[in-house]
Amino acid sequence: MTDARMTAPGASSPAAALGSRHVPAYTVTRGGRTALAARLGFLILVGLLVSVPFNLTPNVANKLVTLFVLVLLASMWNLLAGFGGMVSAGQQGFIGVGAYTLLFLAQQGMNPYLAVPLAALAAGVLSLPMSLLAFRLRGGYLAIGTWVMAEVLRQLVVRIDGLGAGTGASLPGLSGYAPAQRQADTYWVALAGTAIVLACLYLLLRSSTGAGLTAIRDNEVAAASSGVRVVLAKRLLFALAATGCGLAGALTLANSLRVQPDSVFSIQWTAFMIFCAVIGGIGTLEGPMLGAVVFFVLEDRLADSGTLYLVGLGALAIAIAAFLPAGLWGEAQKRLGLTLFPVGHRLVLRDARTG
Amino acid sequence: MTWVNATLQGILLGGLFGLFAAGLSLMFGVMRLVNLAHGDIAVLAAFCASVIVTATGAAPLLTLLAVAPVLALFGYVLQRFLLDRTVGADPLPSLLVTFGLAVIVQNVLLDVFSADTRGLNVGGLATASLSLPGGLRLGWISLLTFAVAVTIIGGLQVFLSSSPQGRVLRATSDDPEVARLVGLDSRHVYATATALAFATVAVAGVFLAARTTFNPTSGSSLLIFAFEAVIIGGLGSLWGTLAGGVILGIAQTVGSQVDPTLGILVGHLVFLTVLAIRPQGLLPQVVTA
Repeated sequence: MTDARMTAPGASSPAAALGSRHVPAYTVTRGGRTALAARLGFLILVGLLVSVPFNLTPNVANKLVTLFVLVLLASMWNLLAGFGGMVSAGQQGFIGVGAYTLLFLAQQGMNPYLAVPLAALAAGVLSLPMSLLAFRLRGGYLAIGTWVMAEVLRQLVVRIDGLGAGTGASLPGLSGYAPAQRQADTYWVALAGTAIVLACLYLLLRSSTGAGLTAIRDNEVAAASSGVRVVLAKRLLFALAATGCGLAGALTLANSLRVQPDSVFSIQWTAFMIFCAVIGGIGTLEGPMLGAVVFFVLEDRLADSGTLYLVGLGALAIAIAAFLPAGLWGEAQKRLGLTLFPVGHRLVLRDARTG
Repeated sequence: MTWVNATLQGILLGGLFGLFAAGLSLMFGVMRLVNLAHGDIAVLAAFCASVIVTATGAAPLLTLLAVAPVLALFGYVLQRFLLDRTVGADPLPSLLVTFGLAVIVQNVLLDVFSADTRGLNVGGLATASLSLPGGLRLGWISLLTFAVAVTIIGGLQVFLSSSPQGRVLRATSDDPEVARLVGLDSRHVYATATALAFATVAVAGVFLAARTTFNPTSGSSLLIFAFEAVIIGGLGSLWGTLAGGVILGIAQTVGSQVDPTLGILVGHLVFLTVLAIRPQGLLPQVVTA
């Protein structure tokens, strides 16, 4: 992970030392200065966001937690679809497991904030046995298969009276906090969780496992024959995405203080994830984040128009999928050649290189 | 005797599931495309029938003469001008487009008809039943639905395996490029398959409306049931799809017999069990690579 610019084997000095005239006219880069600036920018942004509860109202902090949840969810869905080639329509199952695990641990007397990471892990662990079944399906059938599993989880949860059965329950354990303090703490936990998950995602995708994953997405058979351990890599991805969605579910409960099975296990979550990822651009790290921000603003301004707003979103998703498959970020990237968080390697021809 | 009754009702319900699933199976078989708006199209058909009945006072099942062709035309246009752009090795674009379509159909229906639950009143047919020995009673509307489902699935099977147009469909499904080389217009062939699929799902939607109640958000569970029937039966086999529907129907009604809230969960669990021990389904015909 050192950095940025690697010289291709035999590209410059070794070839020059041999006195060869066949100097390969390329170098391989991973982004250079823009990526460095972007990483610095990410840290500054996180630093600025940390101070939000000191400067703005609890209401703003509450809304920003919703935005963090959207960013998390969109990134997790994109991780599955854009990097693993697995389209899931069942991530709401893990959102529900995260929320209900947090509820259960808080009911047992655990501090809810300490329980948030455990709730996320519970979703990740549960995803491993589920992947055994889910991976028998592909493409659209995988999507509906994961949806069935989420439905099964919902049907099981509504049968547990201790968790509020069909009507839901309130999160205990936070009544000792003053409301402003509670909102600020929730906000910091959400910010930390989101930043950690996104940083892990970035590091994972830059590692050799990430290269393997991209290979799987592009051609599974070829990846397998080049020695990528396909099933293992996909399972890792599935578990990571489940953990992120579990975290999102736990954060949503900590933010709203109430959980209801029909809303936490709703297919609507999948709709939101798909919108964010598709609008922003599938297959890049930046796209879903941008998409989540766009979606958050649209939702904030237009959600009052109800069904017509959703019709518009559906039409927008169709238009982008059919006519602009790279999404907003992908399109910008193509035009400007800009990558903030590069996870691949780029071959730069020497003549074309401007600096 | 209650269990025999539950099983018989399940078989009849399964016919309806099989009919729903036939369209999904057909579109996947020909275009390798999973239509996530499938359930919502059925609900759209049910609402069309309901509107026609209210406006003209026509007999509910006769509305099919209008609803099925209209939805077939809608399917043709949709495939020819929108879905065709997304057919390819990558399943993602077609999933996104059909998902967007599902959201649109559902919310337009919500906007126009509100979230109220409604049904199609088929008059005396709704309550009339056939008495069997042992005090069993089978509703005529359920029997009729099952008979229609078997007829349509059988008809589709014969059409695909024996008619010239069916041969064209299968050829294009096997290898669209070679089909184009011998002069077939794959876009027209695909659009025809979608039109057929939409017509069958329209029939299923109207019979669903006649048997039970529906609202604009009923589509999602219909999609799940249809999908479960397809997987239980085995991808690419229409008779398998019918068998899968029947198994799912029996699981749901027998589950409901144990506890009325348990039916759908038992159906899901039977599906997951099949996925665990026989992932290729009962009567698989194609291998999904």
